[in-house]
Amino acid sequence: MTEIWRGVWVVAYREILRFVADRARLLSSFAMPLLFLVVFGAGFTRTIGALAQGVNYIQFMYPGIIAMTVLTSSLFAGMSVVADREFGFLKEILVAPIGRTGIVLGKAAGGSLVALVQALVMLVLAPILGVKLTPTLVLSLIPVVIILSLGLSSLGVLIASFMQSQQGFQLFVQILIFPLIFLAGVFFPVNNVPAWMEVISKVNPLTYGVDAIRQIFLGSAHGLGVTVFGHTMTVASEMALVGILGAFLLLGAVIVFNRQE
Amino acid sequence: MRVKVIEVENLSRRFGKIEAVKEVSFAIEEGEIFGFLGPNGAGKTTTINMLCTLLRPGGGSARVNGFDVVRQRSDVRRSIGLVFQQSTLDEQLSAEQNLRFHGYAYGIPAAQREQRMNDLLTMVELNDRRKHKVRTFSGGMKRRLEIARGLLHLPRVLFLDEPTLGLDPQTRKHIWDYLHDLRQRENLTIFLTTHYMDEAENCGRIAVIDHGRIVAMDSPDGLKNAVGGDLVTFSTADTQAAAELVRQRYHVEPQIQDGQVRFHVTSGETFLPDFVREFPQRLLSVGLRRPTLEDVFLSLTGHEIRDSELDAKDLMRQGMQRWQR
Repeated sequence: MTEIWRGVWVVAYREILRFVADRARLLSSFAMPLLFLVVFGAGFTRTIGALAQGVNYIQFMYPGIIAMTVLTSSLFAGMSVVADREFGFLKEILVAPIGRTGIVLGKAAGGSLVALVQALVMLVLAPILGVKLTPTLVLSLIPVVIILSLGLSSLGVLIASFMQSQQGFQLFVQILIFPLIFLAGVFFPVNNVPAWMEVISKVNPLTYGVDAIRQIFLGSAHGLGVTVFGHTMTVASEMALVGILGAFLLLGAVIVFNRQE
Repeated sequence: MRVKVIEVENLSRRFGKIEAVKEVSFAIEEGEIFGFLGPNGAGKTTTINMLCTLLRPGGGSARVNGFDVVRQRSDVRRSIGLVFQQSTLDEQLSAEQNLRFHGYAYGIPAAQREQRMNDLLTMVELNDRRKHKVRTFSGGMKRRLEIARGLLHLPRVLFLDEPTLGLDPQTRKHIWDYLHDLRQRENLTIFLTTHYMDEAENCGRIAVIDHGRIVAMDSPDGLKNAVGGDLVTFSTADTQAAAELVRQRYHVEPQIQDGQVRFHVTSGETFLPDFVREFPQRLLSVGLRRPTLEDVFLSLTGHEIRDSELDAKDLMRQGMQRWQR
């Protein structure tokens, strides 16, 4: 057991060390969210107008963009597994007396922490967009981002277990990321779309992550929340759902990683 | 009787249809430098991977420092140091960060870790570069850093898989100076694989391995003597006829290699003058030398180490991919 815990913190520590050492990655991870915010925000805000009382388009989109940042940065936790395999460092980790389970948990935890840092850095945009930040808001955002990113980085590690090259991983994740983001209610409310799209969106787990973060920013009274069978989802129930799914993904990653030679 | 550090009995491993290692048995004593000599794909890396718990044996058993490589994996891992064929450093991090990571992963107490890091970095002459990122290092520096890292947790055995592959001769010599020094200072046991003959000369004992089997095991000198003394080589206009003459007159089994007839005699210096005077054909060239390990390999396996490299590399690649999957 002590070996697993040592593995978790050692592996997670290195993820953070690498993240801090790589400034290009830090900056480039903000390029996409910023592009969406600026282009879509400037392009749609006037045309669409207020989506609800006191909620304009860019304020609606902003929490979704934070969720998107969490998604991309968490999934790329898997990238570090593939990169380690390609550059050989994975062997150094595999022969250390830390056990495979610790390695997987450490990768997921490291990816999750990096995602949390990126989500928090995104908050600097809030005042510019006219979104009010309160300590309560930030404090309730942190656990939500951690739960969401743990599940997503587990998914990243799980995918990485089957990938031999960074290019392969990148391609797969790109193909996965776009439908996930576009059908998660980041850019438009999922309640007012054609039935087929509504079904897909409500099956997409990211939808609940996006909605939870949005509720934290905008409250639940605006009537834009996700409803399932007529029941409006609360942050707590959404987190339970995302958390359970994440636990399964993490378990899957641990099992697959332990089986490999 | 010295302590047996590694004991291997009938160790086997197959990858699909390919039998990479076939019932290999050997024992290594404390303080020995023991080498696996053979072409790429002979099963050297597969054996090392089984001994260091990266790969499960298909059959047989192996104990390292008294720990079973299947049942006591963590104990084995803690007691061994490893330097792989390909670099396993994190190039984005500094030399120091790489060593520290290793220290954390092996649970070395902080004070001991920093002390040992200083000692090792000084020994491999990288102390002034400790804050530099590894990606700025040359091949030799990386290898030295890896050796230092492999020794950080005070292992009793150091495994080196092709330790000087792709390095220039001076750097290779340099690394071997460190290794000999280390062995003396820390009574370290070294297990290495190589397909360089000159590198194998550094070993106290060598196991010659070909197609997954150990074909001979002895000290370098012992192996050379077993070949049958000094090597005589000569060339004439008709090598086939010359070889036949040698067979009849001296009762030895000559080989023809690169247009030369070659055979072994017990005392070359006294044999050669008579041979040159008596031989009926006109001699174009004559040579005499002590046998090298290359000759040993040739006489044991019937082929040169480099002959089998091409197809062997393909096999190895297949094996590696399997491992990665």
